[in-house]
Amino acid sequence: MPCMPGIGKKSGCDEMNDVAIVGIGCTPVGEPWNKSLREIAVESTWAAMNDAGVNEVDGLVVGNMSSGNFVDQESLGSLIADYAGLGNITAFKVEGACGSGGVAFRTGVMAVASGMHDVVCVTGVEKMTDVVGDSATKILANASDREYEAVHGVTFVGLNAMVMRRYMHDYNARREDICSIPVNSHKNAVHNKNAMFRREISLDSVINSPMVADPLSLMECAPICDGAASIILTTRERAKEFTDTPIIVKGSAVKVDTIGVHDRKNVTSMTATVEAAKEAYNMAKLTPKDMDTAELHDAFSIMGVIGLEDLGFVRHGKGAHFAAEGQIGIGGKLPCCTYGGLKARGHPVGATGVYQILELTKNLRGEGVVDAQNGIAQNIGGTGSTVSVTILGRDI
Amino acid sequence: MSVPRHWRESKRRYRLLGTKCKSCKKLHYPPRTVCSSCKSRDLEEYQFKGKGNIYSYTIIRNPPEGYTFCRPYAAALVELEEGEIVTAQITDCDLDHLEIGMPVEVVIRKLFAYGESGIIVYGYKFRPILPRK
Repeated sequence: MPCMPGIGKKSGCDEMNDVAIVGIGCTPVGEPWNKSLREIAVESTWAAMNDAGVNEVDGLVVGNMSSGNFVDQESLGSLIADYAGLGNITAFKVEGACGSGGVAFRTGVMAVASGMHDVVCVTGVEKMTDVVGDSATKILANASDREYEAVHGVTFVGLNAMVMRRYMHDYNARREDICSIPVNSHKNAVHNKNAMFRREISLDSVINSPMVADPLSLMECAPICDGAASIILTTRERAKEFTDTPIIVKGSAVKVDTIGVHDRKNVTSMTATVEAAKEAYNMAKLTPKDMDTAELHDAFSIMGVIGLEDLGFVRHGKGAHFAAEGQIGIGGKLPCCTYGGLKARGHPVGATGVYQILELTKNLRGEGVVDAQNGIAQNIGGTGSTVSVTILGRDI
Repeated sequence: MSVPRHWRESKRRYRLLGTKCKSCKKLHYPPRTVCSSCKSRDLEEYQFKGKGNIYSYTIIRNPPEGYTFCRPYAAALVELEEGEIVTAQITDCDLDHLEIGMPVEVVIRKLFAYGESGIIVYGYKFRPILPRK
């Protein structure tokens, strides 16, 4: 893996370790009333460790958005390492709102690429259903600027709704085209035993579902749910010790943008996605044309549309039409959200980015639903304030 | 509930007081200590006029905790005359007749309260500018 221009080179490093995924595991996404945060996190951590055939790791990176608010618990590095029986290892939590999973994955990649760690587990976890009433809406709004957005009663859905209205205004986009994003995700969740909603929905049911924040309706928004997903990383050199089908991390980037949507020059494109994608494609020496599948951050229908554009698959303003034409379906030109996406697999916020990478890994291993050589995942925190882009490929 | 947390914001939240970069003249709302355009730290207070147009908007039907008293309500990105965009509620309006480009002006209103006996937080909202009769 080449050092990042201007970062590794400056410190005199020429090469970093190539990083490989050698184990994956997760819990079903849903509302497991009988299980706590630590139980689902330990379950997914060991599922991934079993998949890799290891019984120890020397690092654990936890991706989590808001355990302090959802279940009054911080110190997740210690909690999960302790209850997973991992001993006195290096373990800590990283946070990037709904993009925490992608940020945690990137942190794990840095740990192995740099040579500071040998075998690292990345666990994304969120337990959202222990709060009731309007609390979850308030906690999710913490991803925005509390003093200048959330204080005005603007919810997270509300911010995305304003992006959608402006998008429809600027590009003359049709709402029914944008609504094809959740229809696709639901269709793909049917075969995923870990998905929250394993049923198809019609375009009419999306269009006619009640408004949450106009023009975003209920069936365009990802659900509040619980889940944990884990990935085991090691160097490409050592990968064959653990698996016959290691998947290579070809590109990995995290970029930020302004915390407030009001400070963006253009609200209908996410600069953080554009910049992260540019860096990840450069690192992988690949282009959008080389991608066989994409896991988009479809927390809201419009985010899937803008993701298609910002990742370079279609020109700005053309994403909704591309999706409505069926190009993002399994068997289409670019299968997207192949395990149900955030909408139908579910969106346990801090775990989502890790679920995406797990699903991409299945497809690349040849045990998934699409035949892919290379794939890309995009995980968004806030309304585009933190975005990670990951490119994975087969070891050939 | 913290009184200082809201008290310290009062000038900015009641008067739409932002900052202006002395070096490159860039205006900021919310106010900053480092210019978002040229990184200068030589900034001064700037009083926004409080008039603008709706850049985009939504109707919040599922408010967060503390905001249910006025549900449903409109929220918008308001493009101020000076060019900056702020996030705020649109008040004193017909929710069915909002549109992008609609001229609005700033007013001060109750934002939310910490329960029945807690402090009440006030701040800016915008309302449509009606044609003079």
